[in-house]
Amino acid sequence: MPTLKIDGKEIKVEKGTTIIKAAEKLGISIPYYCYHPGLSIAGNCRMCLVEVEKTPKPQISCHIQCQDGMVVHTDTENVKKLRQHVLEFLLVNHPLDCPVCDQAGECWLQDYYMKHGLYDSRLDENKVKKSAKAIPIGPTIMLDSERCILCSRCVRFTDEITKTSEFGIFNRGDHSEIGIYPGRELNNKYSGNVADICPVGALTDRDFRFKCRVWYLEKTESICPGCSRGCNITIETNQERPHHAHGERVMRLKPRFNDRVNDWWMCDAGRYGYKFIDHDRITEPIQRLNSQVRTVEWDEAVKNFLKSFKEILKKSKDEVAVFLSPQMTNEELYLAKKLFIKDLGIEEVHLLRTNSDGDQDDFLIRADKHPNRKGAELIGFEEDERKIKKVMDAALKGNLKALIIFGQDLVSFYPDRNVEDMLHRLDLSVFIGSNHNVTSEHVQFVLPAATYAEKDGTFTNFEGSVQRIRQALVPLGESKPESEILMFLAKKFDLDWSYQSQDDVFDGLSQSVKQFRGLSYEKIGKEGINVIP
Amino acid sequence: MEKLISRFFEIPNANTISVYLGEGGYEAARQALEEMKPEKIEAELKNSNLRGLGGAGFSCGMKWSFVPRNTGKPIYLVVNADEGEPGTFKDKYILTYAPHLLIEGMILTAYAVGIHKAFIYIRGEYEVPYLKLKEAVDEAYNKGFLGKNIFGTSFHFDVVIHRGAGAYICGEETGLLESLEGKKGFPRLKPPFPAVVGLFGCPTVINNVETLSYIPFIVKRGSEWFAKLGVGKNGGMRLFSVSGHVEKPGVYELPMGIPLREIICDHAGGIRNNRKLKAVVPGGLSAAILTADELDVRMDFDSLKAIGSMGGSGGVIVMDETVSMVDALCVTMQFFAHESCGQCSPCREGTGWISRILNRIVNGKGRPNDIENLLDIGKYLGGTTICALADGAQMAFLSYLKKFRSEFEAVIPKHTKSYANA
Repeated sequence: MPTLKIDGKEIKVEKGTTIIKAAEKLGISIPYYCYHPGLSIAGNCRMCLVEVEKTPKPQISCHIQCQDGMVVHTDTENVKKLRQHVLEFLLVNHPLDCPVCDQAGECWLQDYYMKHGLYDSRLDENKVKKSAKAIPIGPTIMLDSERCILCSRCVRFTDEITKTSEFGIFNRGDHSEIGIYPGRELNNKYSGNVADICPVGALTDRDFRFKCRVWYLEKTESICPGCSRGCNITIETNQERPHHAHGERVMRLKPRFNDRVNDWWMCDAGRYGYKFIDHDRITEPIQRLNSQVRTVEWDEAVKNFLKSFKEILKKSKDEVAVFLSPQMTNEELYLAKKLFIKDLGIEEVHLLRTNSDGDQDDFLIRADKHPNRKGAELIGFEEDERKIKKVMDAALKGNLKALIIFGQDLVSFYPDRNVEDMLHRLDLSVFIGSNHNVTSEHVQFVLPAATYAEKDGTFTNFEGSVQRIRQALVPLGESKPESEILMFLAKKFDLDWSYQSQDDVFDGLSQSVKQFRGLSYEKIGKEGINVIP
Repeated sequence: MEKLISRFFEIPNANTISVYLGEGGYEAARQALEEMKPEKIEAELKNSNLRGLGGAGFSCGMKWSFVPRNTGKPIYLVVNADEGEPGTFKDKYILTYAPHLLIEGMILTAYAVGIHKAFIYIRGEYEVPYLKLKEAVDEAYNKGFLGKNIFGTSFHFDVVIHRGAGAYICGEETGLLESLEGKKGFPRLKPPFPAVVGLFGCPTVINNVETLSYIPFIVKRGSEWFAKLGVGKNGGMRLFSVSGHVEKPGVYELPMGIPLREIICDHAGGIRNNRKLKAVVPGGLSAAILTADELDVRMDFDSLKAIGSMGGSGGVIVMDETVSMVDALCVTMQFFAHESCGQCSPCREGTGWISRILNRIVNGKGRPNDIENLLDIGKYLGGTTICALADGAQMAFLSYLKKFRSEFEAVIPKHTKSYANA
């Protein structure tokens, strides 16, 4: 364990620790471009140069490992000059197109210039003309090679993380350019990450480009609901400039570091899978009675629904079924279990998927496209196709009176089971969900639910990590989080539920499910907690 | 004065194995493999003070001693025949006229270090040298001097020739290794050094053609004799490639430490057409330029380093009074800008930027603050990069500017204004 001094502060580090990491532990930030903790060391930008006593030349702190007795200086006049000049070199051929560059506001050249540059320009020469200006290099990414500082992060990402090697550096010297090998395009399943790791405006996200200036974005920590991996993400929303992007509120999703789940990365399916939050939403309760379709107030919808529901419950509880989904949060599943099974005594309460299984790889992507199947399992719901079939067969025979569906598109899901007919035979059919689908067109009551971006709660990923989602937006229109809907119903059944907040709900959950015992939102924190040893 | 390597340049057909054998060729190798312990050869080499003659001047014996022997991985020998330093053409002579000398030196190295496979990375433009080298390697295989059971001993050694594709940076040893592995010639971060992690991740001895070609002499005649030919820690002799405005340009094999004046005036016949000497590049284009007042410097690594230049590749470029140093520097910096691999920001952008400023000055559009700016940019060009290309560019660049500043001032118009600082 070498002990060294950085800027006068002593630190003991593991053997093999680089200076930049040791400095970070001490709270000393050393600027860098090419260095990325998730990639191999390239050492080419030369921004992280520091002085090491008894070493003749300045050393790059991303590569040099700490030695016992080393004395490092990161803030000498010489180091500051070196940084200033590296920046000057990097900007020699960089266009001054910040006003039209989508990276502006989150550009490491801008940021470091303000922090470490601040010199007067002395460039009188023409800049080297690079070939690629706003060239799409794949479905997700746009390349502007004149803005590129050749840090090679994208090259290393596709070499080392996706192992697809689409990127290369072509030509030499100041004519060097990042590019895609001939005959190829950047279309791997993780391509969007290269826009995240590009420190400048060379690789920008085609989906996000020019939708919104980044300084208008609000950031909310959440979890990707796209599969059971539960990648940690940040939901970036624009509410300051509602006229941008045709009124869409979610501008983009970005991965958030979590070394137990997704490191620095997320897949493209997850990254671009946010469109449903602002499109095709159910924004008001809908009632279809006597072939009349109309939007109604919540109170009226619930009143009418409950009138029928209570009558059926009174007559025959075993002719009522509820389909819960692994899209619901732990809290919602817990409340649903409590309401439908414990308080109302309904037996046919089953878990049913909303999505078919998809692709899986040995990196992040999981075949199970639901964020909370593990959570449902721990709370007591396991998907059993036989039970679902039994319920649907009963419905087709006229032996089921009421069905409450949480989001599943039964009609599309079971094309050969005559689901439409089945739904019409029911005395009561309710769809609780965030987005329109075929099934929601064939039920009596449609209650608008919030999306994951509009509510608080937790998901449990396939490895048992309980992670928090946080509300980034107010629920669109009249939609409500399922937990609120369930509490609303409970109240109408005169049940004594006294939850003031999601924290209270989680308390109830942690008391009733043994794996969650002793947990709280505070303990889960930013990184989540694994409840399966 | 006795000639060692260059003696073969004058013997007709010394590139063929029959002539080479007739001159006592492969005796040192045969004798070493039959009678000497590998450790003995390594010790001899260390004592000989043979320096790396590709340009860095690093002690050859020391380099070998860094190679770990029992890693379970093969050790490779890589011959740097990518002679690209402007003003240097000595390896071309060896490859063309004395290729067996190189092969014998390689066999001795392989035996000493425990190597069974070697790669010769030869500059792509060297067509004739390549053909001559290839013939020589084939001849050596046919005679049983390469391949299995060399000289009837139990020692195996194979040689592969690989041709480069024209990048100066592939002469930098780690850029060469990358290129040899089939990748772009980007120099590697050090440490680890090639001795420990070299070709294909294995320990690697990498030496220049000339360096290896001196080894048969050292083994045959002893390290003490060789060390004494030179001066101080600079053992033996070296091949100086003399070009430019001299009466007799060419390759001259002279002892380490010979005064520069002797090389130019005695051996190369003095300045052409009785003109006056203006400047000399002593060790390839990357070395700091010397003025006519510095001709008494001794041409060994340590003496040249002491006066702020370097021995480098031994490429001596002589310029007479007709040369414009502004033009010369402009061409020099264009070379470095063209050949920078483009990895490190200071080198990639700095060489190109300087080259564009110089180009503007040469075209009569210089501005009063150009020289101060150039000096400042130059200060941050080298010393901070992965490989030594920028260091060389910086050394050359600053030496021209400092030693011949008045020439630059003379071509910059007095009354122009920089737009940038306006």
